[in-house]
Amino acid sequence: MTAASSIESPSESRATGLEIRDLSVVLPAKRKDPSPKVLLDGVSLSLRPGIISGVAGESGSGKTMTGLAVMGLLPAGARASGEVSFGGQNLLDLPTGSLNRLRGRDIAMIFQDPSTSLHPMLRVGVQITDHMRTHLDVSRAEAHERAVKLLERVRIPEPVEALRKYPHQFSGGMRQRIAIAVALACEPSVIIADEPTTALDVTVQAGVLRLLRGLCDDLGLAVMLVTHDLGVMSAIADEVTVMRYGSVVEHGPRFDVLTRPSHDYTRELIAALPGNKLDDSGSTS
Amino acid sequence: MTQSTVNPALPKPRFRSPAILRNPLAVIGIVIVCAWLLVAIFAPLIAPFDPLATSEDRLAPPGAPYPLGTDTLGRDVLSRVIFGSQVSIPLSLLLVVLSMTLGSVLGAIAGYFGRAVDEIIMRITDLVFAFPTIILAMVIAAVLGPSLQNAVIAMLIVSWPSYARVMRSLVMSMRHREFVLADRMLRFSSFSSLRVDVLPNVIGSILVLATLDVGTAILLLSGLSYLGLGAVPPAAEWGSMISVGTQNMDAWWIALFPGIAILSIVLALNFIGDALRDILDPQSGSTGRAS
Amino acid sequence: MRFLRKYPLVMFLTRRVGIAALLLLGVTIVTFTLTNLVPSDPVNQALGDKASGDPAIVAQYRADHGLDQPIVVQYVTYLQNLVQGDLGVSLQTSQPIAQELGDVLPATMELAGVAIIFSLILGVGLGTLAAYRRGKFTDQVLRVVSLFGLSVPTFWLALLAYYFLFYQWGILPGSGRLDPTLMPPPRVTGLYLVDSLLAGDIETFGNALSHLILPAAVLTLYTVGLLVRFARSAVLEVLNQDYVRAARAKGLRSTSVVIRYVLRGAMVPIITVVGLAFGGLLSGTVLVESVFAWNGLGQYAFNAASNLNLPAIMGVGLVVGVIYITINLIVDVAYGFIDPRVRVTS
Repeated sequence: MTAASSIESPSESRATGLEIRDLSVVLPAKRKDPSPKVLLDGVSLSLRPGIISGVAGESGSGKTMTGLAVMGLLPAGARASGEVSFGGQNLLDLPTGSLNRLRGRDIAMIFQDPSTSLHPMLRVGVQITDHMRTHLDVSRAEAHERAVKLLERVRIPEPVEALRKYPHQFSGGMRQRIAIAVALACEPSVIIADEPTTALDVTVQAGVLRLLRGLCDDLGLAVMLVTHDLGVMSAIADEVTVMRYGSVVEHGPRFDVLTRPSHDYTRELIAALPGNKLDDSGSTS
Repeated sequence: MTQSTVNPALPKPRFRSPAILRNPLAVIGIVIVCAWLLVAIFAPLIAPFDPLATSEDRLAPPGAPYPLGTDTLGRDVLSRVIFGSQVSIPLSLLLVVLSMTLGSVLGAIAGYFGRAVDEIIMRITDLVFAFPTIILAMVIAAVLGPSLQNAVIAMLIVSWPSYARVMRSLVMSMRHREFVLADRMLRFSSFSSLRVDVLPNVIGSILVLATLDVGTAILLLSGLSYLGLGAVPPAAEWGSMISVGTQNMDAWWIALFPGIAILSIVLALNFIGDALRDILDPQSGSTGRAS
Repeated sequence: MRFLRKYPLVMFLTRRVGIAALLLLGVTIVTFTLTNLVPSDPVNQALGDKASGDPAIVAQYRADHGLDQPIVVQYVTYLQNLVQGDLGVSLQTSQPIAQELGDVLPATMELAGVAIIFSLILGVGLGTLAAYRRGKFTDQVLRVVSLFGLSVPTFWLALLAYYFLFYQWGILPGSGRLDPTLMPPPRVTGLYLVDSLLAGDIETFGNALSHLILPAAVLTLYTVGLLVRFARSAVLEVLNQDYVRAARAKGLRSTSVVIRYVLRGAMVPIITVVGLAFGGLLSGTVLVESVFAWNGLGQYAFNAASNLNLPAIMGVGLVVGVIYITINLIVDVAYGFIDPRVRVTS
């Protein structure tokens, strides 16, 4: 592990892995829209240390909703049932206060577009350290030191200067690296990455994906990688889950799912990929 | 590429009339405004006394035969409040129509022609905005002499710029759209394309602003009259009635009821205007964005 | 490198100050022109009927006050004097107007300042609450309260407050800035609250504060009404932003999310409205000052206007214009500091 991780000694005792069982999310009927909307219908998925678990599907399939349900960030009024089990607790039952002690610290999230997920009016340093100061017993100076190491880790040049800058002063790829550093700040064991490369230029996508793969292997992270892009999936995912209409249609090791899909929908998704992108990017992982 | 094929793409103002009736506050507002309109129209039939007639019953507290009491000259407060609506409501409507027309025309001209014309008109609006409304209106009313007519002129001078700004930005945002360009290609004159294509699109937004402005006008007019720069005694005007009430604080009813009259109608107009704004801008009223 | 990064901010500020200066020149033209449109002759007003019957006295007076010069010359003279801080002499009192304005301005600034601070705290707080409780009962109540604040005639509300809290119940003082028995604190800023503290005079401070409460509270209600509406929609806008969701995903306490992330994001529109509200507040002071016999700029403007005191009206217009333009300049500059992107893009 990194030098920074030595600050948090009892990391072995922290829960690893996360288990989603039979998760359903329903948006109750409203006056304008009288029928209740089923957003997720019995989704099961397990995230294990060192494994990148890809979740694929077109927009509206519920893949992002699954990630938000884990983070307790469902839209107002939505009701979740089933189980999100982490460290012997069902996250769905936790009150906000207890949930706040877990999220950001043990489970972190990377959002799709770093130009909107980072606050435009706050310095990078503040955004990397504020939850560190909340969750971990570190001084301002220690937090700063850790932030520098984190930025080095995600390969931001001149990390000390970078902490004093605002997000708009970085390129899109650099911003997403910063967002990854924010997610890693408290050394979480689980990362939910929601379309982490979709908003980036194609030329920088591969770099960010390699970084994620490396972090997962080095730190033993359990990663849920939500993406609509099977090319991304084939590049770094270990397992693939395909979702449609709020349910899981297919699940298995990447190679099996992508080369011998058992479901028609998965075949459609693969067929929609341009050329032989699968083979090319598959070899980079 | 003719006009008829391009025009259907125009964004229509997102306004449906039944929606307003689903907002309880707006319904209350509409009822109150309608009631006041009826009071203003039928004032001579409703009012129990002549609003200007003095009597020996000075400073009579509310009770029979004066439901809201009498003032220092023995005039019936209820009758004066009722007749006050014949001053405030028509004058405020007149003012809004005038400033809407003046402001919209100047704003449209500024937005459509741009360059020097735009620059001159917009700098004038900046200047007017640089003065608090009442102080400028007060100076103008004082310069022209205190009278209702001059108060309206003063208010017109301070109130047109907001319409000009709204109109200008709306016209500017539409200036480069295809349908105007299409007109240019077809060699329509600048003015006819302004009239035919641009104006209908912005009328909805201007009307909402106007609804809210009627209330503001009633408040401003009563404020000027309170300062003695609008209606002059013995006219039954709400602001000047309140001003009379301050001369004798024990006769609280003289100032209380005209104030309630102003409050009720302005609040009602604000209820309506607020509901209209919600309808035009659903983002502020609906529930959160789903992911 | 560092200089280059700051360069856009300097450009931005220079441009803003330039615009403000031009606007100021426009203000002097407007006040001057307006007050010279007067149909009735101010000389008669100032001298009274008897003296104005004598042509010699009138001519002398006109010459003394430069009223016999062409308008353009009068304006240029006025502008020259202005640059030297000379705003002319009041037709009513024969005192220098700059001095008279200096006496009344702090009273209004103290009143408006206290009102704007309370409005900001209450308005932003309640607006944020309304946004978080959108569509719920609290939101509806706050909507009605803020619309009420926007609809109530200021002078009437002032009278109600005066009637109940002073006249009937005697809880708070109803007129002036201090009890007649107290001497104003030694003048440093002209703000009684500040000066009395500087002099270490707690009794005067308490008295000045108690005199301030009623007029400030009445002024606050209107501005709060305005701010609640705007803060609510600004916060709603921000609540939909990804960075707020990201902040919640970091497990920050909800108070930190609101203060550090939500309010900072909503600050630009809120500051804009505060700038606008300040103009409305100055209008409100004219009415409120007349109810509470608060000897400030509003009362002075009203007296000047009623007596066709031209130089005094020009002085008031100028001061008010300067205040408004300064506030707008501050707002503009505040954008640059709150939102780092402004420095680059403009």
